[in-house]
Amino acid sequence: MPYPVEQNEKFAAYAHPERLVSTEWLAAAIEGGAVADGGLIVVESDEDVLLYETGHIPGAVKIDWHTDLNDDVARDYVDGAAFAELAASKGISRDSTVVIYGDKSNWWAAYALWVFTLFGHKDVRLLDGGRDKWIAEGRELTRDRPAPAAGNYPVVERDDAPIRAFKDDVLAHLGTGPLIDVRSPEEYTGQRTHMPAYPEEGALRGGHIPTAASIPWARAAAEDGTFRNREELEAIYLGEAGLAKGDDVVAYCRIGERSSHTWFALKYLLGFETVRNYDGSWTEWGNAVRVPIVKGVERGSVPVSVRA
Amino acid sequence: MTTQALPTALAAIVDDFQALSEPERLQLLLEFSEGLPELPERLKDHPELLEQVVECQSPLFLTIETEKDDAGPAGVVHLYFKAPAEAPTTRGFAGVLHEGLDGLSAGEILSVPDDMPELLGLTRAITPLRMRGMTAMLGRIKRKVAVASRANG
Repeated sequence: MPYPVEQNEKFAAYAHPERLVSTEWLAAAIEGGAVADGGLIVVESDEDVLLYETGHIPGAVKIDWHTDLNDDVARDYVDGAAFAELAASKGISRDSTVVIYGDKSNWWAAYALWVFTLFGHKDVRLLDGGRDKWIAEGRELTRDRPAPAAGNYPVVERDDAPIRAFKDDVLAHLGTGPLIDVRSPEEYTGQRTHMPAYPEEGALRGGHIPTAASIPWARAAAEDGTFRNREELEAIYLGEAGLAKGDDVVAYCRIGERSSHTWFALKYLLGFETVRNYDGSWTEWGNAVRVPIVKGVERGSVPVSVRA
Repeated sequence: MTTQALPTALAAIVDDFQALSEPERLQLLLEFSEGLPELPERLKDHPELLEQVVECQSPLFLTIETEKDDAGPAGVVHLYFKAPAEAPTTRGFAGVLHEGLDGLSAGEILSVPDDMPELLGLTRAITPLRMRGMTAMLGRIKRKVAVASRANG
């Protein structure tokens, strides 16, 4: 059963306030027994595969973006059967309210939420501020691993089209709609092909997809890891990036994780109806043969040869 | 590759990991992350003396020191690591290398095969992407040891 939605002034300004919960709200829900009785499922999803084990929100289960959500052979996400098995093992049923949180301003949590959305899970929310805010506020952590009763999750076929873009979709999108590149400025200009201080994951070419605006993902987050308020987000995405109401937007990064965070902000906080995450991102585009690339700080234009 | 080629302490660690189930291996890695010693005071205030392993997912800095030993050529090598508590996987890798290699001679460290991290049996649970950080850490340690032993030789 869906759990009641949090009401507060900051969230109310967003297009979909039901997609966020605050740390205060979650703490009160835990206190009230909502997690213990299975009314609310809390999921931690981090970059570091061992961080959950060092201590997590009481009652939270762990889902690892890589080992749980990615297919281990094909470069794709798990299929409906594997997702159903994963969800059920975490105590999640099809109608469960799921709250996801994680490290690094919910970067990986947003990615997990995006994958839940590929399977059409209805009620999945982010904990605004994530793990770091919970800890900064001195809230309770535990190492006790919950043993949830198995959820009841049907095998649902993944519906990628509404929120996931593939390389051919992006080629078709060029010149017709805006793109947001959420990587670091060094990656955007082509100075480097991976994040500063992160492993080289292999891209043969550096630069960005023509016409993409550069808005590094973390700009959507405030110092404390919470999302910036609506006015601030509008200044960034409508003002600076130049998006207009009704735009069909594609966001990308290196492997589609950072752009999930931006996808969440555009879709649920600013209310863009059509936002797709190009998860192939730079590790695909920067290795693909004969796709157009722009180097430097200018957004660039679509070459005639690519125009339909 | 077998553990026979490894220094005794490192071989024992590899055996411990291999004897466990996958979830238990992660738990053991967590214990290594908690056992990683703090930097000594003289290094704490001197980040410039440490080298960053950029291949790691989270910031990890390391350095080595060779004990001057007038009695013989085989100076003992000490390893120092710095990684944040929020990066337990990276700390765990550092902890394994510290316990397995600290106090050995340069020759013993240089003889460790570059792909030793694969022996821990963590690749599936951790993913090859994350394992790359540990391989890079070992590579940098060996390079620094090689440079230092040439200078001392």
